[in-house]
Amino acid sequence: MVTLTDAPALSRDDAWRVAATIADPEIPVLTIEDLGVLRDVRVDGDRVQVTITPTYSGCPAMDAIRDDVRAALHDVGFGDVRVETVLSPAWTTDWMSDAGKAKLVEYGIAAPNGHAAARPTGPIRLQLAVKCPRCSSLDTRELARFGSTSCKALYECRACLEPFDYFKVL
Amino acid sequence: MSAPDDGQLTGLDTPARSARGLLDQQSEDAGRVAHGEVAVDELTLSDELAGAGGVATTDVAEYALWLGDDALILSQQLGWWISRAPELEEDVALGNIALDLIGHARSLLHYAGTASGRTEDDLAYWRTEPEFRSAWLFEQPNGDFGHTIARQLVASVYLFELYSRLRASSDATLAAIAEKSLKEVDYHRDHAVQWILRLAGGTDESRRRITVALADVWPYVDELFRDEPLIDRLEGVAVRPSTLRPAFDDVIVGVLSEAGLQTPAGFIASGGGRRGSHFTTMGYLLAELQVLARQHPGASW
Repeated sequence: MVTLTDAPALSRDDAWRVAATIADPEIPVLTIEDLGVLRDVRVDGDRVQVTITPTYSGCPAMDAIRDDVRAALHDVGFGDVRVETVLSPAWTTDWMSDAGKAKLVEYGIAAPNGHAAARPTGPIRLQLAVKCPRCSSLDTRELARFGSTSCKALYECRACLEPFDYFKVL
Repeated sequence: MSAPDDGQLTGLDTPARSARGLLDQQSEDAGRVAHGEVAVDELTLSDELAGAGGVATTDVAEYALWLGDDALILSQQLGWWISRAPELEEDVALGNIALDLIGHARSLLHYAGTASGRTEDDLAYWRTEPEFRSAWLFEQPNGDFGHTIARQLVASVYLFELYSRLRASSDATLAAIAEKSLKEVDYHRDHAVQWILRLAGGTDESRRRITVALADVWPYVDELFRDEPLIDRLEGVAVRPSTLRPAFDDVIVGVLSEAGLQTPAGFIASGGGRRGSHFTTMGYLLAELQVLARQHPGASW
């Protein structure tokens, strides 16, 4: 009879690959690896510890992500799965992978333009032009700085007249 | 608000402070390299993970309650606007700001609770009014939209300056929460500033209302910058409130002069929130905040 203890031990890379398949429940085209939410995976025998970081402090997707990671690693044979949330270093859109940005645009969400400021500056923000994910026009305007989730703002394109979400630089 | 037991929010613990500069450098590197290696190496991350289970002292917990209660009460107030704001986009904006604030409150109350073996839910739902530590500004009624924006301006400019400086706290957990919260409060401040300019430069009625609203919230500004005895015991850990006032005034004066509005003056409210003495709205606010948890203890979904 084959039991779990007879199975070959799973490596850290195996565990990372499994955790990296978990999608963000609010933007399902992106995995937590694409987002830079998946920070670390440690394996010790059949125990695994996964470290994730929230995009925004109140992000309601974190509980779902934690449950999904736990279930996925249990399914591949880990007996003891711990998922820890850390706040520091604070998440930034700069950690989003290029592949992730490309997937976002294909999905119809404009990717963050530019890098997060080294540290926040004056009370009046400078906003760079945001490219329409449908027609690539730069003739767009902000409708609302807060959008359907914490991480997005609502824009409209004046060229193709379509509204779209923009993933804000953080 | 309940978090699974193995999913606790943790910050950095003390040993990681020395590695902080290195961490920042690595974070920047992480932005350039397409990730996959996620950029924080094992060695440094083990320092970061040392924050797991960080326990606050009684004084640090009290300070975390000040900050956590401010965020919790303001979040609860802003939630009222959902479905009531002047336009749909504003419903969404105030809802998002409230969500960020509830995140800050969770982190801070979780940390405060480590000193007494309580969870953030215990602290939010099972304390009585005199056990709360929020300042009166956050307890001011939502009023009309102008009042909410005036309160948002004061709150977010204050919180921005506070978290900017708290990032340098010798308490690694508070520093980590501040670093995270600051980026979000930056957006809240931007939101409030844009609305101040828009209301002041809009119609005669919108200008009249924002002028009244600023005058109405102004008595509660002073309390935010008072140094209570607790602060003397937390040198290097807490930010001394009085030191934030000049930077706060600079921003406010800049914004209000841009809007062509006078900086309000007038009487100063007694305050007393840090000692558990609250504005008259607080009992009603807490009743609404706590009723579900008290009616159905331990309920979850």
